[in-house]
Amino acid sequence: MIEIQHINKSFRDKQVLFDISSKFEKGRANLIIGASGTGKSVLLKCMVGLVQPDEGKVLYNGRDFTGSKEKSRTEIRREIGMLFQGGALFDSKNVEQNVRFPLDMLTKMPMDEKMDRVNQCLHMVGLENANKKMPSEISGGMKKRVGIARAIVNKAQYLYCDEPNSGLDPQTSIRIDNLIKDITDELNITTVVVTHDMNSVMEIGESVMFMHKGKKLWEGNNQTIFDSGVQELEDFIFANNLMRAVRKLN
Amino acid sequence: MKSIGRYIIFIGSFFVRRESFKTNFKQTIDECIKIGYDSLFIVAIVSTFMGAVTTIQTAYNLVSPLIPDYVISLVVRDMTILEMSPTIMAIVFAGKVGSNIAGELGTMRITEQIDALEVMGINAASYLVLPKTIAAVIMYPMLVIISAFLSILGGYIAGTLSEVISGTEYIYGLRFEFIETNVRFALTKSFVFAFLVTTISSYKGFYTSGGALEVGQASTNAVTNSCIAILVADYILAQVLL
Repeated sequence: MIEIQHINKSFRDKQVLFDISSKFEKGRANLIIGASGTGKSVLLKCMVGLVQPDEGKVLYNGRDFTGSKEKSRTEIRREIGMLFQGGALFDSKNVEQNVRFPLDMLTKMPMDEKMDRVNQCLHMVGLENANKKMPSEISGGMKKRVGIARAIVNKAQYLYCDEPNSGLDPQTSIRIDNLIKDITDELNITTVVVTHDMNSVMEIGESVMFMHKGKKLWEGNNQTIFDSGVQELEDFIFANNLMRAVRKLN
Repeated sequence: MKSIGRYIIFIGSFFVRRESFKTNFKQTIDECIKIGYDSLFIVAIVSTFMGAVTTIQTAYNLVSPLIPDYVISLVVRDMTILEMSPTIMAIVFAGKVGSNIAGELGTMRITEQIDALEVMGINAASYLVLPKTIAAVIMYPMLVIISAFLSILGGYIAGTLSEVISGTEYIYGLRFEFIETNVRFALTKSFVFAFLVTTISSYKGFYTSGGALEVGQASTNAVTNSCIAILVADYILAQVLL
């Protein structure tokens, strides 16, 4: 489980996160939703240690991440896998080398074991025959899947996904959402997904946190989201024509 | 001043949470090929013509019959060893290798590849920059030695083909009152310049933010700042060591 307590963050004079606290349960896809510029990605960066919050704590199974020394942070970081918005694959390495990279750097596994693990992860994301392809030779959706394989290859306990559907067509988006959900269930890990895609909320939103202007305004799940009573959340949900049409039908 | 402070902290971060010797060694060998071997062609071309032009221009300026011809090769030798091979080549090196490093790291930064390393618990500065710095400090002095040889050879070929100096006199001039300290001075300069070019370019690339435009600016700034640092260091080293 991941717990965040009273996270505040400012950049120069502008405060972007206001006293955010929440819990992200194990074995679930926990979604952080909100419009662009509401601080979702900054919160995610605070949680993985890429940005240091001004105040507040991030706890991984009770272990303090923000306040601990670099050595302890590194130990926790090695339990974290992250899928970045653009995949963040290393351009000079092929798919197999990208997925194997955390094992090469962080473990002393023999090569045949590493290759078994890499092939197992590529199989999980449905990319069995892409081992030797370079990142420049694969599509956006495939890059995301390779990113997921790389994130879980070292048996991550915590999986973060930053806008996993951005730039993808609806069918590929659904495929990526289902993949994230399947991996979370199969590996029983804590997954945190930052998104503004309502399809993702409906597909995998077992736990949803809504952010607006740097503040947490609502928490619930995809069953209760339509009865939130929060105007900002309703504006966000029904911003697109499809959702408005669904509301009319209901 | 703030930038200088950040630059020093950046260099200090190479030695925190370093990767294993095996990982660094493999990376360093790869960088030696990219930084050293891949620069050979441009170094060879520039050096050969630099020596040839220096010979022709020195001969053109030495019009007095009282000055012996071997002074031409003596001038070529000292200019090559003291200044042209270490310093002019460092500026060429900054243009080729420095811009490449800044562009590569800048692109890695904006495409979140550096963030990916940090999230894995890997010290990105140490993993990416330390091997480049070690490789440059090993390879650049070798390039300077090759450059000096080719420059002097270029001068010999140009001098003898244009008949401004005979081969025998050229070689006599090369050997005349040769000072070994000059070679040591040139190599000391080359170590310092290699370190400055790689660390400044890496610093500029590593802290890029924004998009493609900023990566281009980082590359330009890397070359400009490296050139300034080379010239300032050249002056200081000349004052201190000569």
